[in-house]
Amino acid sequence: MNDWLEIFSTPLPVTEATAFIAAPGAGGIALFLGTTRADTSATGQSLIALDYEAYEEMALKQFASLAERARRTWPVIKLAIHHRTGRVALAEPSVLIAVSTPHRADAFDACRWLIDTLKSEAPIWKKEIWSDGPATWVEPGTKAEN
Amino acid sequence: MTIKAKFFAIAREKAGTADATLHLPDGSTVAIATAMIARQFPQLAATTTRCAFAVNQEYAAPDRTLKDGDELALIPAVSGG
Repeated sequence: MNDWLEIFSTPLPVTEATAFIAAPGAGGIALFLGTTRADTSATGQSLIALDYEAYEEMALKQFASLAERARRTWPVIKLAIHHRTGRVALAEPSVLIAVSTPHRADAFDACRWLIDTLKSEAPIWKKEIWSDGPATWVEPGTKAEN
Repeated sequence: MTIKAKFFAIAREKAGTADATLHLPDGSTVAIATAMIARQFPQLAATTTRCAFAVNQEYAAPDRTLKDGDELALIPAVSGG
């Protein structure tokens, strides 16, 4: 198995993914973790977590499509795409992208393309949970994005 | 024909349910099914105009013709990552 594509309702297996991605032919591994960032709402509330929801069957198909397209562009040896559902606390990872390639430039480029394209295509949504007041679905383009 | 509708995120909350069964005339498109959803769930009507669509877990255009047993999902603006 060269691609590890999975959606988790529990903390992401970062250590296992890092071990998975290693390969004798790899000269570089790029690992990206997207994490919950502290924020303050317009009304002064503090962000305490993000709740993620996924259309899991479709998101996994999208991950497979991302993997296939990345392999058409870069000499990817192994890759992992993981995403969380459920509540993700501050500083914890909600998404993991890991890519191994023979040389580092391709690993960086493929990793960057994978996270950017996942964010624009994958049927996954996040909701902001505030210290007080109603939770809010994130609309792309607002400051909570990225 | 009968299709299954799925709602996610803000669409699921507005509908008050994650799925629904729709009975439609043969040859109905995604757009026709969405109009039916908006009639069945009036509180969802405004949200449907800001959603993309997926048929059987693939993005689909509003003029896509549906078949019996298809799964139609409303996809609000995504915000993963």
